[in-house]
Amino acid sequence: MELTLWTYEGPPHVGAIRVAASMRGVHLVLHAPQGDTYADLLFTMIERDGKRPPVTYTTFQARDLGASTAEKFLNTLQAAYDHHKPSLLLVADSCTAELLQDQPGTLAETAGLPVPVVPLEMAAYSRKENWGASETFYHLVRAVLSAQRNAEEKPADQGSSNRRRTVNLLGPTKLGFRCRDDIQEIQRLLQSVGIGVNVVAPLGADINDISRIPEADANVCLYPEVALTTCTWLERNFGQPVIRTVPLGFGATQDFLSELAGVLQVDISAEAVADCRLPWYSRSVDSTYLTGKRVFVFGDGMHAMTCARVAQQEMGFEVVGLGTYSREMAREVRGMAKELGLEALITDDHMVVEQAVSELRPELVLGTQMERHIAKRLGIGCAVISTPAHVQDYPARFSPQMGVEGANVLFDTWVHPLIMGLEEHLLHMFRDDFEFNDHAAPSHLSHGEGTLMAVEESNVVALAGVRWEDGAEKELKKIPFFVRGKAKRNTERYAEERGLTAIDIETLYEAKAHYSR
Amino acid sequence: MTADVIAVSEVTPERFQPVQERGQRAVFCGLTSIIWLHRKIQDAFFLVVGSRTCAHLIQSAAGVMIFAEPRFGTAVLGDRDLAGMADCHDELDRVVAQVLSRRPELKSIFLVGSCPSEVIKLDLDNAAGRLSREYEGQVRFVSFSGSGIETTFTQGEDNCLASLASDLPADTTSEERLLVVGTVPDIVEDQFRRLFSQLGIGHVDFFPGSQSTDLPAVGKNTKLLLAQPFLGETLRALESRGATLLPAPFPLGAEGSEAWFRTAANAYGVAEEKQAAVLQPPLQRAKAALGKYRSELSGKSFSMLPDSQLEIPLARFLARECGMTPKEVGTPYFDARVMAEEVPLLPSGVDWVEGQDLDPALDRVRATRPDLTVCGLGIANPLEAEGLRTKWSIELLFTPIQGFEQAGDLAELFARPLRRERALEVGSWS
Repeated sequence: MELTLWTYEGPPHVGAIRVAASMRGVHLVLHAPQGDTYADLLFTMIERDGKRPPVTYTTFQARDLGASTAEKFLNTLQAAYDHHKPSLLLVADSCTAELLQDQPGTLAETAGLPVPVVPLEMAAYSRKENWGASETFYHLVRAVLSAQRNAEEKPADQGSSNRRRTVNLLGPTKLGFRCRDDIQEIQRLLQSVGIGVNVVAPLGADINDISRIPEADANVCLYPEVALTTCTWLERNFGQPVIRTVPLGFGATQDFLSELAGVLQVDISAEAVADCRLPWYSRSVDSTYLTGKRVFVFGDGMHAMTCARVAQQEMGFEVVGLGTYSREMAREVRGMAKELGLEALITDDHMVVEQAVSELRPELVLGTQMERHIAKRLGIGCAVISTPAHVQDYPARFSPQMGVEGANVLFDTWVHPLIMGLEEHLLHMFRDDFEFNDHAAPSHLSHGEGTLMAVEESNVVALAGVRWEDGAEKELKKIPFFVRGKAKRNTERYAEERGLTAIDIETLYEAKAHYSR
Repeated sequence: MTADVIAVSEVTPERFQPVQERGQRAVFCGLTSIIWLHRKIQDAFFLVVGSRTCAHLIQSAAGVMIFAEPRFGTAVLGDRDLAGMADCHDELDRVVAQVLSRRPELKSIFLVGSCPSEVIKLDLDNAAGRLSREYEGQVRFVSFSGSGIETTFTQGEDNCLASLASDLPADTTSEERLLVVGTVPDIVEDQFRRLFSQLGIGHVDFFPGSQSTDLPAVGKNTKLLLAQPFLGETLRALESRGATLLPAPFPLGAEGSEAWFRTAANAYGVAEEKQAAVLQPPLQRAKAALGKYRSELSGKSFSMLPDSQLEIPLARFLARECGMTPKEVGTPYFDARVMAEEVPLLPSGVDWVEGQDLDPALDRVRATRPDLTVCGLGIANPLEAEGLRTKWSIELLFTPIQGFEQAGDLAELFARPLRRERALEVGSWS
């Protein structure tokens, strides 16, 4: 048993629903009690879907327990087929049904439906949502391709070097982070370099599209949490290489194109990314104030890693914390954290994340909806980079994270919560002015939203046994308030490490010299 | 415990003849009640013993992660618990200790049963007894079921209050007591208290109150007024403690509120002149507030998909006080005793449905195309996308809607989607 207050991921069958809802002509019959139907609102309210997800729940009740739940499943399966006429049915248990051991997969095979039925094992008591999506996509692709592999062999048309190369974009789903816009941006990018997109899946694909996956020259593993298992299987069984670089960030987009050029044996011009504005905006003098801003990064594995790279290399921030709730990606995230001189935070307990954020006192948090609330409580600016996300992170405007435009969006989005460069200087100069006082937030943010509030003294807990002398405390107040919290914390740490019980002006400046970068 | 059907023929007149449907449901389970119960009972923690699905359900229905550290959580069962490698009761004790170390100020912990805990027959009653003894004098433990195999949506509150009912102290005095049963927002409670006081009804308790340690006494001199229409089990539990029900319509709308207060006043022998003097001013205010909406809503048709058990009193309110025309009204289950005073007020010519079969029900909504469909969150946007106007029903549980002063607000909830349709010029819904 594990105490859970908020969760980053839903149960695995929610991942199965995400895959079904992303596709056309696929329907999921979920053996589940009535409460599990809440999953509909994730799609219709958070992503504002205009359709219910294509899932029929058996909604069994206590009075059905015993022999008749299996019968209820079969009746539901038939009714779902008759009503929705899908071209493929997925069949799964939710957590409660898993305990009943009705074996819906086996039952469905006996039902004699005229369409393929793909049974899924969702392991509700050990796995989570992204794993469920990955398993569902993998079993679906495998079922469709295995059925046809016997019938026809892939045409060996690799001859002409002038042939237009194509790739599949795999992994985007409903309720993924900005998938809708990422795909559009990456398709535009590929088109600009003369590479075709064969199939995008699961988002927007039907069974026919799935059966055409082997026709592409390579698979782009755009969202490894969902697509890596499938990509690996396709590589083994169809010899399709996997493009593993996720084009999120300016550098990563360049690397992605290089990897494509190498794998597909084509020339790709660097011009493809030339119109990206992030590099110039970041070099522009007004961005100098971004230098060394302390940033905490947390999210799913892919977004945490790609965003950490952008933060460090493309914004000039200092990544002071990096972590993920995706245990499946723990090894990669640990590796990257090590390169940054950090220890990765691998946890799905938001209280542990909150603890880490409050100890590190970053100036910006890049995280999920959960970190947005943590940051708000601590008075730190935050930008959301990963699911779980709320309705405001499914914006009406085109707002990709990947590719050229994605890099532009990242620059704007991450700078927004930080105090603007010139404004920072003005606040310092006019700090005694009644309107530019210590409690004034950046003019473009409402009260409490921005990083500026981060360093109120009351938020900084003094270490036990260290006392501030009057003179030192007065001097501390002369330090610009947006760095005062850090100065106070550093001075106290400095004093504590040296066994001092009181802090005077000397201690303050010794600590400043000690910690100066 | 289960929502089994009470034979309707005994009490229902011709105008209430529900068709019973058994099929796919689209309702929350009783765990959802925790969202408003934990806001009301401020010294308690609700610990669901269940799965990741339970945790995800509550945070999704609550609007995703809005509170700092919520006073509810889930003890998520894992493979080790199910395989018997870990003793579930030891594990529960450990999780409870964890909760209490974070929140030592808690006075009560509700152990809430879920679908998985019930299927594996984890005895939470027993666990609550054991833990109550262990933490005697500090924390009280109460268990109830919020599972989807036993309960729908608002039945979670019914089970919660029913389990608390046996813990209420016995009233041994001869004093008349009025017990108002069902969670209402604090502002509504305060309004109700003022009116009861003006009517001269002396001792009034609300159940649940804001402190779990402050439990009202109950006994043979206790009279019950139900403030919510989903409390059948709680009613039976309180009756077994000697209390008697004052049968009344529910305090929704001007008419319902007046009848509700008059039922109490009559039971206490309050003179008619006094009743009129106290109730006329708020009644006239409520009618004036409703008058503005009546012109907007009158003649508009509506359907309701089964959801919260509020459907029957709301259909009565919308038909009689707002002039709307009900087409089909579904309710998850029908409790004849609880609804006894509502049924005679219901309009005729309504297609009543008890239970649910989602796909055919949606097809009927598409065919009849009511002006407004009251439904759950998962269904609202899909119907809007098909050109139908909707009102999400969960708001009816989170918003103060009871009593005279809220009658206008209640009508506003239904009028707003229709007004929005008239106001927008971004392409039509239909």
